[in-house]
Amino acid sequence: MKHTLQQIFRSPNFVIGFAIFMALILFVFIYPLVVPDAPLAIIAQGTFFPPGTYVSVYDSLGSTQYTLNLQNASAARIGSKVSDTDKAAIKDYLVLVGVPEGQIDLTDTQKLLEQWKTNYDPNKNISGVTNAKRNQFIRLNTSLQNANSDQGIVLASQDPTSGALTQTGTVKLTDYVDINQIASAKVLPLGTDNFGRDVLTELVSATKVSLQIGFVAGLIATLIGLTLGLLAGYIGGMLDDIIMFITNLFTVIPSFVLLILISFSIGQDQRGAVTIAVVIGFTSWVWTARAVRSQVISLRNRDHVNLSKLSGHSIVHIILSDILPYIASYVVMAFILQISSGILAEAGLSILGLGPRTTDVPTLGLMMNWAMIYQAHILGKWWAYFPILLDIALITFSLNLMNTGLDQVFNPALRD
Amino acid sequence: MPTNNDPVGNNPVGNNPVGNNPVGKKLCLSVKGLTKEFGFGRQKNVAVNKVDMDLYEGEVVSIVGESGSGKTTLSKMLLGLINSTEGDIYFQGKKRDISSYSKKQEYWKNIQAIFQDPFSSYNIFNKIDAVLLDCINMRGGRRLPQAKKVEMMTEACSFVNLKYEEMTNKYPFELSGGQMQRLMIARIFLLKPKILLADEPTSMIDACSRATILDMLMKLRDETGMTLIFITHDIGLAYYVSDQVFIMEHGKFVESGSPDDVILHPREPYTKRLINDVPKIYEEWDLTTV
Repeated sequence: MKHTLQQIFRSPNFVIGFAIFMALILFVFIYPLVVPDAPLAIIAQGTFFPPGTYVSVYDSLGSTQYTLNLQNASAARIGSKVSDTDKAAIKDYLVLVGVPEGQIDLTDTQKLLEQWKTNYDPNKNISGVTNAKRNQFIRLNTSLQNANSDQGIVLASQDPTSGALTQTGTVKLTDYVDINQIASAKVLPLGTDNFGRDVLTELVSATKVSLQIGFVAGLIATLIGLTLGLLAGYIGGMLDDIIMFITNLFTVIPSFVLLILISFSIGQDQRGAVTIAVVIGFTSWVWTARAVRSQVISLRNRDHVNLSKLSGHSIVHIILSDILPYIASYVVMAFILQISSGILAEAGLSILGLGPRTTDVPTLGLMMNWAMIYQAHILGKWWAYFPILLDIALITFSLNLMNTGLDQVFNPALRD
Repeated sequence: MPTNNDPVGNNPVGNNPVGNNPVGKKLCLSVKGLTKEFGFGRQKNVAVNKVDMDLYEGEVVSIVGESGSGKTTLSKMLLGLINSTEGDIYFQGKKRDISSYSKKQEYWKNIQAIFQDPFSSYNIFNKIDAVLLDCINMRGGRRLPQAKKVEMMTEACSFVNLKYEEMTNKYPFELSGGQMQRLMIARIFLLKPKILLADEPTSMIDACSRATILDMLMKLRDETGMTLIFITHDIGLAYYVSDQVFIMEHGKFVESGSPDDVILHPREPYTKRLINDVPKIYEEWDLTTV
């Protein structure tokens, strides 16, 4: 046993897979201790806030202000306020009013704004420009005037009765606050999703639930497959025929179709994460049963099994102590693969809207489903779907690597 | 019940054509028209074809044949590990009933086996103590005090020249092939069955260990009075140890009788070939007959 464990941990495939998997598990358990937020709490008003650190504007005004004279601050400010679309529109206008295209440099925002300032005239009638386009240029001009402002902002408070404004302070362009001194700030490393929920917190919780689903589904599938395979393989005869008939029946019906039909018939209200796990488990035992059966058939006529029979052992004893230990390594490997396929099956079901009900817990499949329904992929909100894809890929990749590593240890033909 | 059709007339109940068994010995196992077929239709293969044999208490019997002649299939049928297609086996005068697993368990208290490959005979996950304790439990010693069990295991080990103290807490694969086969005999020593079927027990171990194993088996036979069935392809071994020899070809017994009759004066060409195939140190080995 000790020797086998040593061999397993010498297999590079297993070690890499195990390290990735354990890192994921650790993250899933440690993260909620650091960030104890509810995974499905809606914190953002609006959809798909990009990843970043969100600081309270109100609190930043109240905190200590420092003056920093930074050289490229104004260029960066203007650059951040003039989008690529605006730049393209500026170029369009400049070309229309006759500025040579060679003189227009889209990378130099400052120069572009100066060219705009000198050339833009709202009253100028340019032929071939629609009203809509003209209005667009007017809007652009207003926003660029704000961007180019070198004035600070005046802060005022409003009298609740008279409505009169009283100046309370100013914010200069050179005023800065220390982000660590702002009372309220929120780091959203993966932004928010379509409902305004923190994607990372949700993802951690979803990974945990999906792993649980995979584990339960894998356990059920392996237990059913193992029991039926052992009985069919060892006892044989009529029992084998009946079990194999059922197994073949399940083999020819695509399990995913079966899964969809069962999930659909259960109904949205009844579908919890555990129910889905059980349904997946009950539809994916077939290959384990077939493989275990064939292994048992090759084992049942071995001398050590015959000797165990001659020693007066019962059938249950022979199955448990003379057959099962010999196929245990295979069963462990099948179990690992079943976990991985259970997670994928849940993701597949949920993406079709047949996963667990949406109010309880997030799962990886549900997150994909939400991202898909709210068109995150079309809108380019990568943080709503890419981390989930990566997570699923990492889990299945690490489990498959572990399986390959175990296979190398237990299957002498694959040893280096 | 088997009928007396012994042509020589000195066999009390059996049908041994030669009848070399001593008068007064009780019939232990009698086989009538035992047949085993595998597959059906064009794929049908008759491994054992209408075999008859009578075995007497305390007798050493050898079943000799080349690979694929049906020896092992016959031995598995005798052990009740596989069912026969046709024919009956009578044990101690009564038709053997192994229709249920519990009846088989009863039958296995009387018949035991030693297999050809000691390395695959043991469950590699069980320690040697478990192997020997199973035998004590099978003989009804489950409730014996631990000290008594250890004493019995020590006795069994010393019978086969093994030290129990060295065997305890070891796994079978930590032993050599010869030691494993001796441990198998220690198992038989504890079980004391009526019949021991040894399926080529010495074919996978070296010549020195082979003599020791045979010596132990014969000693055990002398002590317990059990019937010993050797399944072997080694006609020399059969000659030296047997009271009766059965020559098996293509699932049938082609010749049977005392070793002197069968091996020194063979009638069948197949028997002659088997004898001829034994390599002789001082003679040139005629490979053309192989």
